[in-house]
Amino acid sequence: MIGTAKGLFLARRDRVGDAWQISVPHFPMTAVYAVGIDQRDGATPRLLAGIDSSHFGPSVAVSDDLGGCWREPEEAPVAFPKDTETTLTRVWALQPGPASEPGVVWAGSQPSALFRSTNGGSSFELVRALWDHPHRPQWGAGFGGQAIHTILPHPTDPQRVVVAMSTGGVYRTTDGGATWAPGNTGIKAYFMPDQFPEFGQCVHKVTRDAGDPERLYAQNHHGVYRSDDDGQTWQSIADGLPSDFGFPIVAHPRRPGTIWNFPLQADSSRFPVDNKCQVFRSDDAGKTWQAQSYGLPTAPFYATVLRDAMCVDNADPVGVYFGSRTGEVFASADEGESWAQVAAHLPDVLCLRAVAL
Amino acid sequence: MSVQVLVPSALRSEVDGAARVEVEAGGGSLRDVLDELERRWPRLGRRIRDEQGELRRFVNVYVDGEDVRALGGQEAGVTDGAEVQVIPSVAGG
Repeated sequence: MIGTAKGLFLARRDRVGDAWQISVPHFPMTAVYAVGIDQRDGATPRLLAGIDSSHFGPSVAVSDDLGGCWREPEEAPVAFPKDTETTLTRVWALQPGPASEPGVVWAGSQPSALFRSTNGGSSFELVRALWDHPHRPQWGAGFGGQAIHTILPHPTDPQRVVVAMSTGGVYRTTDGGATWAPGNTGIKAYFMPDQFPEFGQCVHKVTRDAGDPERLYAQNHHGVYRSDDDGQTWQSIADGLPSDFGFPIVAHPRRPGTIWNFPLQADSSRFPVDNKCQVFRSDDAGKTWQAQSYGLPTAPFYATVLRDAMCVDNADPVGVYFGSRTGEVFASADEGESWAQVAAHLPDVLCLRAVAL
Repeated sequence: MSVQVLVPSALRSEVDGAARVEVEAGGGSLRDVLDELERRWPRLGRRIRDEQGELRRFVNVYVDGEDVRALGGQEAGVTDGAEVQVIPSVAGG
């Protein structure tokens, strides 16, 4: 699933080595900021797409036949209740819950709010406790808007969920969403007078370790961090990287300690390091990093990879994917050792998800 | 009060492809017309107005050729036999 600024493209191939077949755009002329793949029922996965028409507003559509047809409910699937006097700008995250909660799907929105569905994403309800959090009036907005872009349900404990927003930082619940606490200790907010505030950080993306659910990794607005206590405190893992700025970070779905990101030079210079298209991978939870660029363009590369435009699949070995704001998508079928182009000349790539069927 | 609502091509899939639909509204305002439109075709309604009931920023509505933003918005008066035209504005890139 390739979500772009002007629609959703579906790419598929029958086996590694085959050419990718790219669909025509689904939902043309809508920005697709969030896609999700729900594999929990064991049959054909459900695809979810957060679509945003500049004319006709945001919505969420689902498909149970791999994009053959899409369904949108009559009533708005994600909407703010009347009393909030707030209007949904768009959905930024669609995240199926853990296997123990079939039907639960989370949605993160702009403005920053969390919604929960119990019917597989057909309708969602606002998580009031986070909306009513006393910190909310002080959450800020970055250039991309103020949004919850990351939702990490705990894989075995449905009472625990971690979310991240820009700006605002990381928040956690350990009681099923009844209460929320910030979890930003150690994450720097260089753009604030107090550079280590309780909240207000511009966390770009967070991912969870495959082996230790207490272990999280964060790509911050300058800073790359690891938490070993489910997001309460964070330590820098940026020393081995050429830059601590960037947007995405993704974890291997099975091997503990393996993560990928795509560093950019700096906030003030949002180009790849050395103007080179290269992914960085760590196999030791961020202690050391290695560049991975075999097969990627060798000419100077100036494109940004946005926070949700990198993902992994469930294959063995794991496939890794990333897309650029210049409409290119690259894939590696060998965990980043080598890369090939999936698509080019698409609109800006906003988000990616992939699955091996 | 019977009103003709002209549906833009991008939204006609919500009304079985119709270019115009007839709406019987109880009151005399555009809000009454849009309320009835939304009751009959909820998905069409939410494309025109957001969840707080406001006209979407880039959807323009005209009553008998007049932009309702100059007529009091949804409080604009609508008379029997009027034509309500929904037109997406120039937006996007």
